[in-house]
Amino acid sequence: MSNADTNRDDREIITPEYPRVYLYIRIVQAKLFIDNNYADEIDLENIADEAYFSRFHFIRLFKSAYGKTPHQYLKSVRIEKARELLKEDKTVAEACFSVGFQSLTSFSGLFKKITGESPSSYAARHKAMKKKISEKPLAFVPSCYAYQHGWLEK
Amino acid sequence: MITKMTVTNIHVLDQDSAYDFYVNKLGFKLIDDIAMGPDTRWLTVSPPEQPDLQLVLFPVKVSKMFPQETADMLITLIKQGVFGCGVLTCTDIFATYEELKAKGVEFLKPPTKEFYGTEALFKDDSGNYFSLQSINNFSHEDNI
Repeated sequence: MSNADTNRDDREIITPEYPRVYLYIRIVQAKLFIDNNYADEIDLENIADEAYFSRFHFIRLFKSAYGKTPHQYLKSVRIEKARELLKEDKTVAEACFSVGFQSLTSFSGLFKKITGESPSSYAARHKAMKKKISEKPLAFVPSCYAYQHGWLEK
Repeated sequence: MITKMTVTNIHVLDQDSAYDFYVNKLGFKLIDDIAMGPDTRWLTVSPPEQPDLQLVLFPVKVSKMFPQETADMLITLIKQGVFGCGVLTCTDIFATYEELKAKGVEFLKPPTKEFYGTEALFKDDSGNYFSLQSINNFSHEDNI
């Protein structure tokens, strides 16, 4: 892509022209496509097709709107969903395959890279925390709220 | 020495609906969902990149804090849209606006250039309104 093209594309994004809305709607469609289909085997090509963009143009626009490339965003959605599943007592393998990873190794590696701990240690920590909360919920709620609502133990 | 605000309230009419709105539509992260007896939950969420600020989705129910009359009054005021909860910052206000609109969020004002930046206004599912602004757009120095 030449410099002239790049400049034209950037102008499209920053000027308050009416057609810009259509551009944004397409980027948003791609983002929502990731949010709804992260569990399937989707790749950049599906995502760009979804928004009717050429690949490179699309990556740049997406990044300018969301601060991440579509691929980085897809990975972050998958890891975020995996965290939720692990908190809900799913096994590491269940979490891995239900968020669209094909291999446990790549899932565990990426999970650790993003969250700083392995999926199994993350799950164990949350299980222990959940047990503590269920035994003594008041210990986890600021007492001013508990007082106002009459939750305090007599 | 006080250093930070870490917990604040948003009064909501229904916790299930507020959970859906803040987590599934706005994309906030669920922090705590602790049962505090029948029909009552300690429900808190955080803006995605700000885990040290928890918003309590605080149900308006008759309790020690809200006698019947107070609760009724508060519900009326919330539904009238009297309460604003503050400013939310986003990466790109036009993309965020289109996305929230696609998810059914009700906007009072589309992104509009103001002297302090580009701003949109939307309401939560109870009637509380938020100002939505693009990052780097709010700077006092720019306005002097």
